Amino acid sequence: MLRRTLLTMTGLSALGLGGPLLAADVPDGVTLAEDQTFSYRELDQPASIDPQLVEGVPGAHVVQQLFEGLMIQNADGETIPGVATGVEANDDNTEFTFTLREDARWSNGDPVTAQDFVYAWRRAADPATASQYAWFVELAAIEGAAEIIAGDAAPDTLGVEAVDDRTLRVTLSEPKPYFPEMTAHTTFAPVHRATVEEYGDDWTNPSNIVSNGAYMLDDLQLNEFWTASKNPEYWDADNVVIEEVTSYIINDTSQALTRWEADEFDLLEPVPAGSFPRLQEQYPDAAHSTPRLCSYYYSVNMREDAPEALKDVRVRRALALAIDRDVIVERLLQGGQTPGYTFTPDATAGFTAPEIDYATWTQEERDQRAKELIDEAGYDDLNFRLLYNTDESHRQIATVISQMWSQKLGVSTTLENQEWSTYLDTRNAGDFDLSRAAWCGDYNEPSTFLDVLTTGIPQNSGQFSNGEYDELLASAATAENRTEIYTQAEAILSEDMAVLPIYHYANAFLLDPTIKGFPMNNVENNWYVKDFYRVAEE
Amino acid sequence: MTSFILRRLAVAIPTLLALIVFSFLLMEFSPGSPFATERGIPPAVMANLEAKYGLDRSLIERMGIYVWNIVSGFDFGPSFSFSNRSVNDIIAQGFPVTLTYGFWSFVVAVLVGVTLGAFAAIRHNSVLDYAAVGVTVGAQVLPNFVMAPILVLVFTLWLGWLPGGGWQGGQIEYIILPVIALSTSYMASIARITRSSMLETLNAGFVRTARAKGLPMRRVILRHALKPAMLPVVSYLGPAFVGMITGSVVIDVFFSTGGIGQFFVNSALSRDYSVILGITILFGALTIFFNLLVDVAYAWIDPKIRY
Repeated sequence: MLRRTLLTMTGLSALGLGGPLLAADVPDGVTLAEDQTFSYRELDQPASIDPQLVEGVPGAHVVQQLFEGLMIQNADGETIPGVATGVEANDDNTEFTFTLREDARWSNGDPVTAQDFVYAWRRAADPATASQYAWFVELAAIEGAAEIIAGDAAPDTLGVEAVDDRTLRVTLSEPKPYFPEMTAHTTFAPVHRATVEEYGDDWTNPSNIVSNGAYMLDDLQLNEFWTASKNPEYWDADNVVIEEVTSYIINDTSQALTRWEADEFDLLEPVPAGSFPRLQEQYPDAAHSTPRLCSYYYSVNMREDAPEALKDVRVRRALALAIDRDVIVERLLQGGQTPGYTFTPDATAGFTAPEIDYATWTQEERDQRAKELIDEAGYDDLNFRLLYNTDESHRQIATVISQMWSQKLGVSTTLENQEWSTYLDTRNAGDFDLSRAAWCGDYNEPSTFLDVLTTGIPQNSGQFSNGEYDELLASAATAENRTEIYTQAEAILSEDMAVLPIYHYANAFLLDPTIKGFPMNNVENNWYVKDFYRVAEE
Repeated sequence: MTSFILRRLAVAIPTLLALIVFSFLLMEFSPGSPFATERGIPPAVMANLEAKYGLDRSLIERMGIYVWNIVSGFDFGPSFSFSNRSVNDIIAQGFPVTLTYGFWSFVVAVLVGVTLGAFAAIRHNSVLDYAAVGVTVGAQVLPNFVMAPILVLVFTLWLGWLPGGGWQGGQIEYIILPVIALSTSYMASIARITRSSMLETLNAGFVRTARAKGLPMRRVILRHALKPAMLPVVSYLGPAFVGMITGSVVIDVFFSTGGIGQFFVNSALSRDYSVILGITILFGALTIFFNLLVDVAYAWIDPKIRY
């Protein structure tokens, strides 16, 4: 059996040597502020803060403060131990055995045990829970997950077992070398069984909730705020500096900016579109932009009933070439986004982009080649319907791109704007020619992106299909050198122009300069307030 | 009078039923789903979700169950978006917020509006009149979505006197800005209606008679002119009050009060059917109730009106 510990996995030397893994790592000589509170703005009210039901970034931010999974992430987005202290994998990466720390406790004082994880994971897969994230358990390839989610097997057949209170064994149906990384996802956080069973749907109410993270929920008012205070039972509570976390729900981004400027809270992400250059000038110590694990692209419909022209790679290529990405990121968005020539963002760990020829060309060269391609393809009067969901910046981008296509290629576009829910319906039904889309990684590994374009998965809304690509990705799990395979796969996407990549996201935000410890290099935008501290103003 | 009220209440029930049916149908035919996600939901999970919320039943069945739950237990069902909240919970949290700032907006709008309008009429064509007309026209052309950011800019960012949003259980400093933003345009309307109606009344025969009798001006206005002059104002106040307490979407969204207006908008966008329906019925019921109240007030103000 290949013994692998977290030591080698993450390069964390402190682990296993008995040294403490500090929550907030306050350097010597720093004067802490008297007021150790942290507050931030959230765009929307999370629909749920139940780890197995939560979806979306706002919800994940709550769960990350209240609950702790086997693994969490550090400031660079690397996986580090949370409740687990170590993990061993078998030779073919189909069985993982996690050791849990002895001092992990729930906020009511109960120990956090392997059984808590078993209960939570079964709960995530159980169709009765009706979790919109159930698919993540299947994605992680835990044995039996697919059958349970389909309703064909009982939840207790899931390949996860508590060997004893401190040992959790997970069996996978296929090799997943990066499985431990996936356990940092909120869906895999433990829940306190007795509380869930006693209160049912109401167990996450502030008066009932029992959690195992660095903070405990004190109050939650829908569409207004939630607030949490330090959990004294948390295993690393001695190193948690921030005493209280508050989140304000502010739908209107400009209003949020005014309130940030009036010092009402510390962190505002994202800043209003287009305002970043001004803010950077005005608040150089507070304005930051960091890469984000998200890709913005246009999905191309290649279904049976889609326009023939779109099934012609020359047309797709011409459309991709004619998009002047610099105009979009530098003139429109201006928030540190980068032009996208690949589907997988460059910031993804373990990803090396293939050489994309047109990425190195000038825009004139691209335009010229695009024109040649479209002439060669020989379609007359091309007109595509471009679907996007209601949003000012999506509208601007669609308008600019349709102008570029019309001027450079003579291709006309009809813009179709629908609000989110309708847009999803239309997109899933395939009633579009081109559609605005975005994908954010669920874990920091290229497969979280590349899997989206494999044959037959629902998220592949354009129904791109390439047998070689599918095989390549399937082989990645057992391969010695996954990076190389991902590079090849991405090269196929580019060759086939499976989607039209446009840009890679950035997280442009304002953070009060007295708050330190914010993870500036975590591309998944996962942050844990336990790592923060507020310094005294000079 | 009693039979009038009873008759009106009897009409209210079919009106509300029609509202429910119509809203139900509108939602039925709107595209999208409350469970739509970009990630795609496994079919078994979707089936469970639909079963949990009764979406696997026929339209008629669902409508019947819905109406029965309301009639038998005043239960508006669970929210589709917020898994651990019922519509009753959401209304219980959001409505008191909206009611509070709506009520104070109403008080401010009526007090300031009526006073301003009455004085302008009494001092017709004086500087005071022109100033009042100027202020009300100005206030009317400033809709609350313009007013609110200006207020926040001045009182929160520049002066630092008041918080730019939030509710915090309804502490006074959190109420002031929403009340100003919401009441301004209502105040302006009330002032203008009061002014023109007062002018008309002051020129009426009975006022001239009262003055000819030698009554002091103050008594003429308070005792004789004000009450009849209020008739058009009162007819405006009914719908205005409902408008204020059912919350302005702008105020709720902008000031993040947690009030009911925000739920109304968000639930429409996220297809949270039960929340849209619940709030629609609440708004409908309030509108019917306050219109009835206005009609009753009419009879009290103007003895000539008989039902």
